[in-house]
Amino acid sequence: MSEHSKSSPLPTYFAVFFALLVGTALTVYAATLDLGKYNAAVALTIASVKATLVALFFMHVKGASEKLTKLVVIAALFFLLLLLGLTMTDYATRLWS
Amino acid sequence: MADNSAAAVQVNAHGEAHNPALLHHFAEPQQQRDAASLGMWVFLATEVMFFGGLFCAYLVYRRWYFGDFAAASKTINMGYGATNTAVLICSSLTVVLAVWAAQTARRTLLIVSLVITMLLGVTFLGIKGIEYREKFVEHHVPGASFSFDKVPIPGHPGQYANPRHAQLFFSLYFVMTGLHALHMIIGLGIFLWLLTMAWKGRFTPEWHTPVEIGGLYWHFVDIVWIYLFPLLYLIDRHP
Repeated sequence: MSEHSKSSPLPTYFAVFFALLVGTALTVYAATLDLGKYNAAVALTIASVKATLVALFFMHVKGASEKLTKLVVIAALFFLLLLLGLTMTDYATRLWS
Repeated sequence: MADNSAAAVQVNAHGEAHNPALLHHFAEPQQQRDAASLGMWVFLATEVMFFGGLFCAYLVYRRWYFGDFAAASKTINMGYGATNTAVLICSSLTVVLAVWAAQTARRTLLIVSLVITMLLGVTFLGIKGIEYREKFVEHHVPGASFSFDKVPIPGHPGQYANPRHAQLFFSLYFVMTGLHALHMIIGLGIFLWLLTMAWKGRFTPEWHTPVEIGGLYWHFVDIVWIYLFPLLYLIDRHP
């Protein structure tokens, strides 16, 4: 039980919560700006930062005592990027269509 | 096998030191917790691939029909989407509070957090329902009565979106948000079960695995929405 007697995690939780709300406001604001082709990149970057915050602090990936958990998370991301990446290398490079 | 389990029961009956919250095939509570959360993460990995296929289809069509997708995206109410994002973020906070309450044996906080989480989940679905209703009223639901005439493409004056391509956007919109809403409904069911368990006082600092694992599921559903919101609602919003 010693692992639960550490200092309270509540300040971290509230900090992450406010960061997520700020990120949401930021992504709505960024969408109203004309950034050309960078609009999508900005939106996805903000979304990924938010998702990472949720996974690390709310889902306790940071501080997970079991390395296998981290391995599963990385494997899931790897195969997702493989799916999206390899598909887009095909569709994004079809110069004839 | 039968002999082994009979022996194990006997040991317990003799009152020898054995943590009742610890299953026999685990060496210690920490290992038991790790095994449970690892199993949940493996399930979430399959969920990533489940939603990943839809995101992949979305990306391909968005590249092909960008103007039509931007025009269709602009007809969805951004305010509903943004509000729902905030609602889900609030619910994620109450979920970590619930897990913390279970870890630290705060029964009242645990019950209150679970109830607020469920209320926020219902709020999300309610807003989603209002949004879907608008789509039906506007005939933006894919099918025989779909209509998307003379909707201008943002940034291209005088050009109108191709209704067939816009219909693809709305198909993806309904399938992706619909699958997400189904996960929310399942999540509400899980949390109702957690609430009854918490009410009966079943969770202790030694054993509250369902709260942790249910929380992981809820957070994952939140993460899916974090990506759905900008991809579906905010394709091309600048004036």
